[in-house]
Amino acid sequence: MAYLLKGVSILGAEPTDLFIKDGVISSDKAGKDAEVIDASGLVALPGLVDVHTHLREPGREDAETVETGSRAAALGGYTAVCAMANTSPVADTAGVVEQVWRLGREAGLVDVQPIGAVTVGLAGKQMAELGAMATSAANVRIFSDDGFCVADPKLMRRALEYVKAFDGVIAQHAEEPRLTEGAQMHEGEVSTRLGLTGWPAVAEEAIIARDVLLAEHVGSRLHVCHVSTAGSVEVLRQAKARGVRVTAEVTPHHLLLTDELAAGYDPVFKVNPPLRTRSDVEALRQALLDGIIDVVATDHAPHAVQDKECEWAYARPGMLGLETALPIVLSVFGEQWDLIADRMSIAPARIAGLAGHGGDLTKAGTPANLTLVDPKARWVVDPGGLASRSRNTPYAGLTLPGRIVATFLRGEATVLDGKAVK
Amino acid sequence: MIKHLRSAADLDAATATLILDTAAEMAALSGREVKKLPALRGRTVVNLFYEDSTRTRISFEAAAKRLSADVINFSAKGSSVSKGESLKDTALTLQAMGADAVVIRHSASGAPHRLANWVDGSVVNAGDGTHEHPTQALLDAYTMRSRLGRLDGLKVAIVGDVLHSRVARSNVLLLTTLGAQVTLVGPPTLIPLDVAAALSEKTQVSYDLDAVLPDSDVVMMLRVQTERMQDSYFPSAREYSRRYGLDMLRMRKLPEHAIVMHPGPMNRGMEIAPEVADSPRSTIVEQVANGVSVRMAVLYLLLGGK
Amino acid sequence: MAQPRADAPSKIILAGSDLHRVVDRIAHQILEKTSGATGTVLLGIPTRGVPLAHRLAARIHAFEGVEVPVGSLDITLYRDDLRLKATRALGKTELPPGGVDGLRVILVDDVLFSGRSVRAALDALQELGRPSSVQLAVLVDRGHRQLPIRADYVGKNIPTALSESVKVALTEVDGADEVKLIGGLT
Repeated sequence: MAYLLKGVSILGAEPTDLFIKDGVISSDKAGKDAEVIDASGLVALPGLVDVHTHLREPGREDAETVETGSRAAALGGYTAVCAMANTSPVADTAGVVEQVWRLGREAGLVDVQPIGAVTVGLAGKQMAELGAMATSAANVRIFSDDGFCVADPKLMRRALEYVKAFDGVIAQHAEEPRLTEGAQMHEGEVSTRLGLTGWPAVAEEAIIARDVLLAEHVGSRLHVCHVSTAGSVEVLRQAKARGVRVTAEVTPHHLLLTDELAAGYDPVFKVNPPLRTRSDVEALRQALLDGIIDVVATDHAPHAVQDKECEWAYARPGMLGLETALPIVLSVFGEQWDLIADRMSIAPARIAGLAGHGGDLTKAGTPANLTLVDPKARWVVDPGGLASRSRNTPYAGLTLPGRIVATFLRGEATVLDGKAVK
Repeated sequence: MIKHLRSAADLDAATATLILDTAAEMAALSGREVKKLPALRGRTVVNLFYEDSTRTRISFEAAAKRLSADVINFSAKGSSVSKGESLKDTALTLQAMGADAVVIRHSASGAPHRLANWVDGSVVNAGDGTHEHPTQALLDAYTMRSRLGRLDGLKVAIVGDVLHSRVARSNVLLLTTLGAQVTLVGPPTLIPLDVAAALSEKTQVSYDLDAVLPDSDVVMMLRVQTERMQDSYFPSAREYSRRYGLDMLRMRKLPEHAIVMHPGPMNRGMEIAPEVADSPRSTIVEQVANGVSVRMAVLYLLLGGK
Repeated sequence: MAQPRADAPSKIILAGSDLHRVVDRIAHQILEKTSGATGTVLLGIPTRGVPLAHRLAARIHAFEGVEVPVGSLDITLYRDDLRLKATRALGKTELPPGGVDGLRVILVDDVLFSGRSVRAALDALQELGRPSSVQLAVLVDRGHRQLPIRADYVGKNIPTALSESVKVALTEVDGADEVKLIGGLT
């Protein structure tokens, strides 16, 4: 199938026609036999890449599957997502990562790139067979125990060193577990008022500080998941200034929401790391602008209804993110298309080693992984209207700017007219 | 009148005072031979207790029965709750049974807030996790007012494990609403972060009990669980008791008129010496009796009208 | 029951010394009917029944030198219309030190209307003891009884329409002594 996108604005530039043929951007502007799409007023972005997605399969198919999560991703403008390892069974062997990778191919809506666990069963005791996962069909490059921190400093050092052999990267969930026992929300004024056990910012900052020193010491790459505090930003700023090979992500929810939302005890606002304060939100926004934080990652975490319709303490942490990430970023930063393309597509593709994503749409021959956004459209988030199998969005009822009109994966439409093609 | 009593923050000064005044009338009526009043005839009050607390449950039960309400006790043990039924499903069951009020005790902070989303009736918080226990604060305020004649300008020291205490949170909110000056006293490990900003800007914090006592009208000792030692909040029971326990020697530092309170159950010898607990300054037994009157007032004001 | 509007026309029925004379008359009637008010307790029904009871006791003392114990009897918790209105604040219930057992209790209220308040008062009184007999004194009887209840002492009978209301003001509560008829046709 060939497409001619008429009058499209690439990253906000003057309108032009974009011809997609044989899976790539074509220089042939004639567009014969192509399906013509009126793209006037629409902005083309390289397909978004999420380095932090929970697809829940295998194990919790009642919350999400690779297929439903892929559909949600495509509708959110994504062409690639990295699937976290905390499934059941854990993605700590070549067998499990290949299963997830294959399910992604079968769904065919986005490239599903599995992340491998750092330790067996995410238990933090014994290193998983990272090399086997790297050389499997899934070609794993990111390893993470996300959900848990690789807290043992010796194990963390070894993992950082070990993955150098195949250009891997450890993505750390930075949370000193002894400082967050029983933690329910950000430790501060609101947790004191609500009587919920606090999750202190220092528990994140201490691990990031330790890990950048370890990465520096062994000369390895480190990626920091879901940075949530102003203090973490300062640690990263110093590390980057020293030349440490560290990258970091921030979630859309940490760029927008604060701990005050816990006041009604609705667990839809329970997430790990927790929502922080207004000043943390401001620091994270500035860090993303400055490039101290490299990427926006969704930490899309679907949960079944019963895991959220309960007492706060019993609820599982996490929020949906794939279908709202771009609108949230647009609402926070406005139409800064170069920034958005870099932080949501180009940089994450680079970190995840996903060649073919985050390419230059003005160049002929670039793989046609792209998404079309209507920046003027406004829509109201309706949890029931989302493609994810779960409903735990914290943005229900919110009016957001920016609607995904179409998404293309290697030249094939996965979304057209705002609807998934399959 | 308010619909729910989930937090002492639900009460403004006028409403809190109305509850205390009503409790005083209830106390006068309850003192008489026949203790049943017809005000809540035909109303159903459910005691939904996920935590063992015979004292609080009996107090609410007595209060509801003296107002002629029908009382259903729904305790976590031996019910569908222990079979893993969710709070929401339990709430829908109570709703179907026509509960006009649900008195809930739960180990999870905020459980009463969640429950209020799922039932039409009033929700009364009888203690939720480490959050609040508003009727305890009301009975404490009632006790202070009846012993000392006022609350406005009263200096109240709350001593001990404030961090984990729902009694302390509710008392800070209610007492400051009613004009009292609260000082929280304890080791820094047990005083929560940003407590003044979180609860009331007027709240003060001190780590030195001896310095606070001479200027206190009320000293309220909180229960300190010895398990806290394992979690490094303080080194030993002995050291805690030496620094923050109320013994006879320390009690003498209090002004002549000052009273000693404790929400119970007490750790005698830990936060409070037996001679102090049994002294005439102690209001511990009165607090229990006042609990019924205050809970009658709350139930009447929530359920008595349209 | 329909209430007249706030701006409805009103008419003063009793004021100042007229009202005092009416209270005096009730006090005399009590003395007459109770053989000198011995063994008698006056229980005022809050709000305005309480100061009325005190006035009656004072007049009885002035006329015959008899000390009649006075108390108050709150009926809120015994009302049959609790659920029809927003929650009401409680009034005071205070019995004189001698209680009511074996004594003649005279309930005192400002206005007798449907009789429902008196019914509630009888229920409340029953919980407090066992009087030898119960009587009722009211400043105004405006008719329209809904229960088989009759006053033993009436200051003034005021025929009214249901659309009208009777408002008693007493110095102790309202700063003036006055009985007003509000609403209806004048």
